[in-house]
Amino acid sequence: MELIWNLCEILFIEVAPAGPLLLHLLDWVRLHVCEVDSLSADVLGSENPSKHESFWNLVTILVLQGRLDEARQMLSKEADTSPTSAGMCRTLGDLMRTMPILSPGNTQTLTELELKWQHWHEECERHLQDGTFTSSPHLETLCKIMLGDEAALLEQKELLNNWYHFLVTRLLYSHPTVKPMDLHLYAQSSLDLFLGGESSPEPLDNILMAAFEFDIHQVIKECSIALSNWWFVAHLTDLLDHCKLLQSHNLYFGSNMREFLLLEYASGLFAHHSLWQLGVDYFDYCPELGRVSLELHIERIPLNTEQKALKVLRICEQRQMTEQVRSICKILAMKAVRNNRLGSALSWSIRAKDAAFATLVSDRFLMDYCDRGCFSDLDLIDNLGPAMMLSDRLTFLGKYREFHRLYGEKRFVDAASLLLSLMTSQIAPRSFWMTLLTDALPLLEQKQVIFSAEQTYELMRCLEDLTAGRPVRGEPDAQRLQDDDIETTKVEMLRLALARNLARAIIREGSLEGS
Amino acid sequence: FDFHGRRMATCSSDQSVKVWDKSESGDWHCTASWKTHSGSVWRVTWAHPEFGQVLASCSFDRTAAVWEEIVGESNDKLRGQSHWVKRTTLVDSRTSVTDVKFAPKHMGLILATCSADGIVRIYEAPDVMNLSQWSLQHEISCKLSCTCISWNPSSSRAHSPMIAVGSDDSSPSAMAKVQIFEYNENTRRISVEEFIPRRTSSSLGAKEVHLEEDLYDKKLVLIMLMYLTIFFSANYMDNWKCTGILKGNGSPVNGSSQQGNSNLSLGSNIPNLQNSLNGSSAGRYFFTPLDSPRAGLRWSSHTQLLPPPPPLPPLVEHSCDADTASLQYPHPRRRYLSQPLNPLPENEGV
Repeated sequence: MELIWNLCEILFIEVAPAGPLLLHLLDWVRLHVCEVDSLSADVLGSENPSKHESFWNLVTILVLQGRLDEARQMLSKEADTSPTSAGMCRTLGDLMRTMPILSPGNTQTLTELELKWQHWHEECERHLQDGTFTSSPHLETLCKIMLGDEAALLEQKELLNNWYHFLVTRLLYSHPTVKPMDLHLYAQSSLDLFLGGESSPEPLDNILMAAFEFDIHQVIKECSIALSNWWFVAHLTDLLDHCKLLQSHNLYFGSNMREFLLLEYASGLFAHHSLWQLGVDYFDYCPELGRVSLELHIERIPLNTEQKALKVLRICEQRQMTEQVRSICKILAMKAVRNNRLGSALSWSIRAKDAAFATLVSDRFLMDYCDRGCFSDLDLIDNLGPAMMLSDRLTFLGKYREFHRLYGEKRFVDAASLLLSLMTSQIAPRSFWMTLLTDALPLLEQKQVIFSAEQTYELMRCLEDLTAGRPVRGEPDAQRLQDDDIETTKVEMLRLALARNLARAIIREGSLEGS
Repeated sequence: FDFHGRRMATCSSDQSVKVWDKSESGDWHCTASWKTHSGSVWRVTWAHPEFGQVLASCSFDRTAAVWEEIVGESNDKLRGQSHWVKRTTLVDSRTSVTDVKFAPKHMGLILATCSADGIVRIYEAPDVMNLSQWSLQHEISCKLSCTCISWNPSSSRAHSPMIAVGSDDSSPSAMAKVQIFEYNENTRRISVEEFIPRRTSSSLGAKEVHLEEDLYDKKLVLIMLMYLTIFFSANYMDNWKCTGILKGNGSPVNGSSQQGNSNLSLGSNIPNLQNSLNGSSAGRYFFTPLDSPRAGLRWSSHTQLLPPPPPLPPLVEHSCDADTASLQYPHPRRRYLSQPLNPLPENEGV
């Protein structure tokens, strides 16, 4: 992939003109064909490098890659050890040294370079014709290579390893001033020559060929087919798009190619248990469909830990995705309710601003209290704050808990008035009134008078309301009778307590007034 | 698969339903297995997790049932087992119930069933915390044996509740078709549109239907799986146009296919549409706009806009009668790529 990327950089982004183009391509090949270094380490590390079995391979490769200085050094080693070929080595070395190349700071024009190169080429030719190197087949081969002789190059198939190396070497030694627009011709012929009809092009070859043809879309297309995930294509397209190289091909469904590929890539990320967070960022950079895609994906992330849930919610809240927040909180609240974690359920439904569900959970809390006589999750209820207003039932729950707290702090008068207000303001559900009245009992039984006469009248009214509304039961069975019994006892106790309190209250108020 | 893709429900002719959970390491474990009906179970489907962990199943025994997971004892959890209890049985059908599907969550807790006698029933549970109370809201007669249903998932206001029903009738004069019922809340009436692909040589029924919504322009797409797979699309004017046909192996059907006349006649007000899919477009679906800007365009658009969540549930594989192939309907996009373009290895098990 780096191979493709670098080539695209050279061809599409740097847009190297003739001349520097070849240099870039040379760099490209050198970068990606790495056996040279290990081979040279091998050979040079040995005692007698020029007698190493791979010596000539190394020199040939160096020449093939245009690393003529290094090749010359190798040749001088050979010259040292083998005096007979010293002369030839020197000559070849000179040829190597004098090969005209375009160096970066050079102010030569292309034509000048071409001229010089032509001269040099002729000189090499002359040496070959004169038979300067006939006594050393190796050196002769090297000379032929430097002349760009195709047959000689093809003989080195193994060292070249692939057709694009062949292409670059061929260009180096026969058309160093190749123009970008002619590149594909040479590429195609190189591919054909190299494969020699034995094998067919592989996907990578197709991709590179498309690049040489400067057909960006074809490159992207081939890459998409050949590669197994969208990562490469998405980023390449994004880069090219930023360089304004992709014509804005508005695809039918409204987004362009770059966005489409980014969407595909990001969608893939969401399948991963932690990389989904990257996916979010990618979606943010897709102006058309990014948001709606994110909305769809973010709901589906499995939320197995609270941390993850909070992360997801934060992401949604940052982007004002209120519906998704609501839905996710609802799912979590429901899960909590099913697992009987009422506190958790309540906090999720508050976050979801889901009044109906909050009512439901509050009811469950109250039922819990009736069953067990105490509250679970006191912390949560105590610290509801303004969230209490979300639903009536929730408000009641909060206030009821406050009543208990006041009672615990022995602020009986405050507790009493709160209790009364809960009943008179209709916040308390009817079903709970009995419990509230029962809660009032200890306050009525206190030594000091807590409820004023007025308040006692109110309480009595509530009690009568409650009992009056009770319909006569049908066929009483044993359980019913027992329940009824309990009910009646309670009511009687309450009536007694209320009456006593009323009496005391009247007396107290009467006496105070007097003094 | 459930909404998050971490649980899977399977059903079978052995009358049981099994629930599988995906562990952190990616393995699937069977966490529940129980007998659900007294006949082959045709389909099982999940409700949206906003309603809790709820499943519905339907069976040859003429009933559909709703199940809820009960949080078990802690030692059960350690053993990795969960319990499901039946909340309700829907017994209104007089023939085998062939499909059951929950409606999109924005409509509330609503369930649709369809039966072999051609009746589609829509039930609602007014109290989402009480799953034992369901009331029958609508009964729709399709006049043909029904095999599959699909709800329109769109939650936009522009679309009223809509359900697609596929039918299958093996009598020689009948034709397989898909009907789309739409409920107009103002008039309280249900309207219907029909699609009748021309019969090919073998008698075919609709095996699956699927309604999807275009991400970008909110069009509806109807996918119908028969022997061939057929795509339709609609715009707001309710003009449905066939935009493509694919064969089972993913290759498109050309205008001059050997299947005789592959032109489709759709309704009475839509002219025959030639399926001029470029044969080379199947593998590179999203590039056809560059190659063939005609029907190929629409072709590519649909495969992109099927909502993307990776664990988009394939319809649960069900083992039916021996002669019907159990078609696992894979993720729509991946189906039509010539090479698997799975983004990441973790995305297995879809």
